[in-house]
Amino acid sequence: MEQVLQQLINGLSLGSIYALIALGYTMVYGIIQLINFAHGDVYMVGAYVGYVCMTHLHIGFFPSLVVAMAACAVLGMVIERVAYKPLRHSTRIAVLITAIGVSLLLEYTMMYFAGAAVRSYPELPAYLTRSFHFGGVVVTSLQISIVAVSVILMVALQFIVRRTKLGKAMRAVSQDQDAARLMGISVDNTISFTFALGSALAGAAGVLVGVYYNSINPLMGILPGLKAFVAAVFGGIGLIPGALLGGYVIGAIETLVSWVGFSTFRDAVVFAVLIIVLIVKPSGILGKNVREKV
Amino acid sequence: MANLETPAAPAAPGRGRRRSLLVKTGAWAAVYLVVLALTETGVINAYLQATLVTICVNIILAVSLNLVTGFTGQFSLGHAGFMAVGAYATGLITMSIPTVWGFVLGLVVGCVLAALIGFLIGLPTLRLRGDYLAIATLGMAEIIRVLLLNFNFTNGAAGLSGIPQFVNWSWLFVLTAGTVVLITNFLHSRQGRDCISVREDEIAAESIGVDSTRAKTLAFTVGAFFGALAGGVYASYFYFIKPDLFGFMQSINILVIVVLGGLGSISGSIIAAVLLAMVSTLLQPFPEVRMILYSLVLVVLMIFRPQGLMGSKELSISLFSRLLPKRATSAAATKDAS
Repeated sequence: MEQVLQQLINGLSLGSIYALIALGYTMVYGIIQLINFAHGDVYMVGAYVGYVCMTHLHIGFFPSLVVAMAACAVLGMVIERVAYKPLRHSTRIAVLITAIGVSLLLEYTMMYFAGAAVRSYPELPAYLTRSFHFGGVVVTSLQISIVAVSVILMVALQFIVRRTKLGKAMRAVSQDQDAARLMGISVDNTISFTFALGSALAGAAGVLVGVYYNSINPLMGILPGLKAFVAAVFGGIGLIPGALLGGYVIGAIETLVSWVGFSTFRDAVVFAVLIIVLIVKPSGILGKNVREKV
Repeated sequence: MANLETPAAPAAPGRGRRRSLLVKTGAWAAVYLVVLALTETGVINAYLQATLVTICVNIILAVSLNLVTGFTGQFSLGHAGFMAVGAYATGLITMSIPTVWGFVLGLVVGCVLAALIGFLIGLPTLRLRGDYLAIATLGMAEIIRVLLLNFNFTNGAAGLSGIPQFVNWSWLFVLTAGTVVLITNFLHSRQGRDCISVREDEIAAESIGVDSTRAKTLAFTVGAFFGALAGGVYASYFYFIKPDLFGFMQSINILVIVVLGGLGSISGSIIAAVLLAMVSTLLQPFPEVRMILYSLVLVVLMIFRPQGLMGSKELSISLFSRLLPKRATSAAATKDAS
């Protein structure tokens, strides 16, 4: 029982990271129906920005987190303006291929400048390495900070989407772009803002992964990116609570499968769960079924 | 006047088709003989031959994926999974029966197995639309890869090495041309037209009696069959395979060829496969910037020509004769005279 609890706590920190990435996927998908394959690489860039801040500029964990988020927000907006905006009216497959192109571009540009080798984050300050024992369960302060940072960011996101004017604009654009434009909403700016928000969250996830697993490389974004997308689909793509639920469920499934002793099969299990969800309820756990119009 | 013309009308396309068949057969034969001669005289060295095999494998992959994505309109991101099945089946069987018959048996087993998997996966998942289907097929390919990594008989991450090499230019040519011809003919058949009608408008197609699930599953199964064939050819020529070769990136590479060539254009897929292989060979001396350039070309091309090089057109004689207006008018003149 204690071990299961321990695994669930480990799953919680992993799940927080997936949830942060999945939020970006789901927001972008919700607003322009694009699987932004470059999103996983924005997360990779975030991890590198955090690395540079902490090793070369010697600033602390939290300031680095903020810098990485800001850098990724800008990167996300630039990607949208340069690569996706000219294609807003072409076929979805063309936009998807562009997204894949941007993803490869980020990966290999990073590899060109930073090298393909794995780098490790610097040693963490004492307040992040402490561990607490509750009965037989060990919780590190790093895990607590990861979950705390993620929860704070998610609450902030929820506040922005639900309570601010920009959030209202985002929701309006995701429902009907033309109607939103008629209401005086700047659709382009709203889409840019959505990319900025999603990319900032991915940047935060990148730094958190960097400190948690302590190793980063230019191709680190591919698999977490795919799994975060799985998480978004699992919960119901386009829905912010769905991305949260999906992130935590995928994180829990992964740690439990590893704990049972099938760690090499964990990716297969995640994708198998995805296929089952898609077949049983294609709109995701929290999604509503949309009737097909003829 | 109109009555006089009507009987002549069906005869003209028939004559055109016969001439087109003749030209096509001639072109295929010319390609075969020229490359054979170049190989025999040693102009095509081992390095170029490897490029040639890559081109042919990519043609088979792209044409079979084009059937699913370009002609039937079903977005698949898991083609590398089928390739992996074909490669491992061919590799394992030729290693235990190291004869040409073992190779053929391996190809057949791989293709049938992949078709079966394609059918089983396709039946439930093809109810999904667009992006959901893409993600489901991606998941399927990842599952196949992880299973290959973990099975004992596939030798895990190290992969299989020392697969006997049976693929030579003749095999390569027969299999590649065979795939192209079979898939083109499939598309001209009743089933193929069903597939295209599903792409154009699924609801309209169903309302005139096209069984869309059947058409989609059929396209998916046939695509899987030929995807595995490409895998078998790859395994037999390069004598070394490992699960990582058939990951997500490989599926993307195949899709990129199809989209660059033009969704719904067989000749576009062939041209794109050849072009990409040539670009990749030319950039071989600069490995650091190769992928950066590749991705830049991808983004720029999609922004300026999202429909791909050929769109949904085919390279055909009528396309050439349009380029030569004089001949076309003289042909029309002779028709009028007769």
